[in-house]
Amino acid sequence: MMHGTHGAGPWGRGLAWVTALYLVLPILIVLPVALTDQRFLSLPKEALSLQHFRTVLTSPEWLGSIWQSFLIALAATVLSVVAGTLCAIGCWRISRRSTDVIRLLMLLPLIIPSIVYAIGLYRYFGPLGLLDRFLGVVIAHGVTGIPYVVITVSTALAAFDPRLEQAARGMGASLSQTLRWVILPRIMPGIVSGAIFAFIHSWDELVLVLFIASRDVFTLPRRIWDGINENLDPAMAAVAVLLIAFTLVLLLADRALRRRAEN
Amino acid sequence: MRLAGWWLLILPALLLVLVFYVAPILQVLAISVTEPEPGLANYERLLTSEGVQRVILTTLRICLITTFFALLLGYAIAYAITLASPRARAWWMMAVLVPLWISVLVRAFAWVTLLRRQGLVNNTLMQAGVITEPLPLVWNEFGILVGMVHYMVPFAVLPMLAAMREIDPRLLAAARGLGATRAQVFRQVFLPLSMPGVIAAGVLVFIFSLGFYITPAILGGGKTLMVAEWISLQILDLIRWGLGTMMATMLVLTIIVTLLVFSRIVDLRRMFGTGGA
Repeated sequence: MMHGTHGAGPWGRGLAWVTALYLVLPILIVLPVALTDQRFLSLPKEALSLQHFRTVLTSPEWLGSIWQSFLIALAATVLSVVAGTLCAIGCWRISRRSTDVIRLLMLLPLIIPSIVYAIGLYRYFGPLGLLDRFLGVVIAHGVTGIPYVVITVSTALAAFDPRLEQAARGMGASLSQTLRWVILPRIMPGIVSGAIFAFIHSWDELVLVLFIASRDVFTLPRRIWDGINENLDPAMAAVAVLLIAFTLVLLLADRALRRRAEN
Repeated sequence: MRLAGWWLLILPALLLVLVFYVAPILQVLAISVTEPEPGLANYERLLTSEGVQRVILTTLRICLITTFFALLLGYAIAYAITLASPRARAWWMMAVLVPLWISVLVRAFAWVTLLRRQGLVNNTLMQAGVITEPLPLVWNEFGILVGMVHYMVPFAVLPMLAAMREIDPRLLAAARGLGATRAQVFRQVFLPLSMPGVIAAGVLVFIFSLGFYITPAILGGGKTLMVAEWISLQILDLIRWGLGTMMATMLVLTIIVTLLVFSRIVDLRRMFGTGGA
């Protein structure tokens, strides 16, 4: 244990506290703003009010975008999880120089800025008729979600004893049987983690949809973006609070799953 | 021969990434040397156009300042986490990981709420009588920096934390036992041992900052242009594909060169392994 033997000095402690507050407080500020009784962005004056939540939750535009974002994220997550999991398993089992290169290739979407991919897709999707289409956004989000799944599943596989797989194969199990009965159950927590991160990735993604979607596909981040640039009203704060709550629920789910996997 | 089946598992992801990721990006590189006419005319602008140079310098300046502050603040947090008791450590980790996963739009919106002219910070300061005129806190370079550093601190913490955890606590105890002051232990033992993590974090934050779009676009208010927003302007508003793709290519090249240079010092796979989970 490192604590006890050596404490941080007052300067270090102070800076750490200031940083923690800097990270967390600005995010928390949207809660009182969302509950304001005023018609403009401000702290509540006389009473707390849920009117701005009502505005959002009864607006067909906001609800439509939330629903669309949800469906896109769901479909994109399925794509990322299936492709990413199988790829991570294949790379783990073969484990050669060539699969190291493939794994690196899968991580590219984390390294290359999305603006570069966005202008690329804008041009690439045109002739394919995928601009402003549900399928187009699902493909874009699905492909860029693969790295999250590859990372979490590879981490889970690193803790998996490869002799189990060899034993199963040695006793005559086919590849698909080995996958279904031996490998997948063991790495399920990693897959679920990857799925959660891939889902959040698609749900929050803005840069790509700014380029490859315009009218028919109008996701939640896109509507928030327009809101920030056009009319800053407390309804935006209400949306922000709902989003934060949703992200927290997903993260807590992930944590609970990891705990269960550890025990 | 028995491996053939396993190669089939890799195929779907490989095809998806090649057809729908690598191909569009290669097309971007190709457009930069073929439009409006074949040749390196777009790249000539790097040397001749003042506008292009200004955007690049602004981006580099903002990214370097962001990296510096993200490292400084991130180091303080990582240090506190390393030395904290297990119970306190969980709380510190929450403070790092929750912002990491909250939508970048929500965070930019929160900063606008706080920093704009009639925002909470200016209003509070005016009511308290500290200032008489609202301070220009957002829609300028300051606003961009506040938002970018806020976004990047968690990315700085994770690699540094990984490095600090590997430091043997007995070394610190030994230095103390030999009569070193707390400041000496930190400067002469802890800090040098944590340097690999600091470098990894610096590279990560710097390359993430380079191509950042949303936060600078919202908090910069269109006045301070960084590379990503400039590219978007060229493509969507000015329809200058050649220039836009040239800058996009330069962006990718800068990132790849930075990674290659530092890959001798930094284990990239580990860096991204900690970044995702």
